[in-house]
Amino acid sequence: MKSVVEILREIRPEFDFTASSDFIADGLLDSFDMVTLVAALDKNYGVSIPGTDIVPENFQNRQTIETLLRKCGAQL
Amino acid sequence: MNFTFHRKRITGVLVVVPENERSFAEEMKNFNFPEARSLKLKEVMGFDKRRVVEPGVCVSDLVVFGLEHLFDSGRLKRDEIDALLLVTQTPDHFVPPTSNIVQGRLRLKPDMLCLDLSQACAGFVLGLMQAFMLLDQESIRKVVLVNADVLSRKASPKDRNIYPLIGDAASIVIVERDPEDSVIHADLKMDGSRAGALTIPAGGLRQPSTFETAILEDVGDNNLRAKDHLFMDGAAIFNFVQTEVPPLIEGLLARTGVSKDAVDYFLCHQPNRFMLQKLAEKMKVPYAKMPNSVVEHFGNNSGVSIPTVIAYNLATRLLQERVRVCLAGFGAGLTWSAMLLNLGTLSFNAIIEYK
Repeated sequence: MKSVVEILREIRPEFDFTASSDFIADGLLDSFDMVTLVAALDKNYGVSIPGTDIVPENFQNRQTIETLLRKCGAQL
Repeated sequence: MNFTFHRKRITGVLVVVPENERSFAEEMKNFNFPEARSLKLKEVMGFDKRRVVEPGVCVSDLVVFGLEHLFDSGRLKRDEIDALLLVTQTPDHFVPPTSNIVQGRLRLKPDMLCLDLSQACAGFVLGLMQAFMLLDQESIRKVVLVNADVLSRKASPKDRNIYPLIGDAASIVIVERDPEDSVIHADLKMDGSRAGALTIPAGGLRQPSTFETAILEDVGDNNLRAKDHLFMDGAAIFNFVQTEVPPLIEGLLARTGVSKDAVDYFLCHQPNRFMLQKLAEKMKVPYAKMPNSVVEHFGNNSGVSIPTVIAYNLATRLLQERVRVCLAGFGAGLTWSAMLLNLGTLSFNAIIEYK
């Protein structure tokens, strides 16, 4: 199983996601990247992230993404 | 707001799509994005083929073509049309109504009602509601409900948020009284305070089109768009759909005492595959009962998308049998609507190409 950072790197390989605490504000992820990311996270962790949770606050950094995944039942 | 209609039915569906097909793979180079990112988006959203009009083609062209096809094939007679209800966001002109233009081009009888309705992606359900109400008049026996849009003409080719998903089309749906004692239920909500999430800022009287409103501007996310172009706040619209549509449908089913299992298909507006899959997951409805393939074959064709699902996914089945469907339209306004009805058997249900 891939880590969240590995999945992020696959989507935007040109960025260092470990150096940012706010992926949205720093321009590392746009709204379409979030869609791509959700599809990848759903598949990798075998969960279904609810559409109502696909909001920028949940994709600010690795911690918020992992919190969301745990809420959806993912084993990290 | 709740609505109930008695003894009304849809008897025929024809969808007209332009023969001009564009492919996302070919159009990717127009956008300021690495190909790999665009390809991932294609896979998730379902962007692939879409149908768009050639420059200069208007709504009335698609509609006249479709109606002439029905006249020529004997499926509809000119003098049978008591009301022509045309739902569009892209009229030929501000004045006169496009429905009158269609009436004039086809030399339809003067003893009829022509009415334009300004609605977008929720426009099929709203159009049906209006058609059912018109049929309560004794003088109206057959309503031709037309949904048609050529929004590709208002989309910036440099805007990846909009351009690759837009499709053009028209649908012609025949609505009549039902000799059986049928009941149709619908629920509708609107929120004009969020109207700015899906809009064409310039071109009306509030902000007329000028040289300046035609200039492409950098609007972030590597997209270029002018004020004359269609704008969609994709994140806001996505959240709106996921938040508002499931409770509307579930409320309609609860009010009518119909279980999800008793509904054969949930035929929703077709924005993109991802949004519909998430909607199905939220509502715990199998993907197979909520078709999502229109966008990959035709693009998001606004208020025509539900008739397109009917004609593409249920083409022959509805010619032979009746199914219970829940329609759901959602979009500009903001407007969201759902309708529970029996569909079929239809006298025709097809897609043709405008040439």
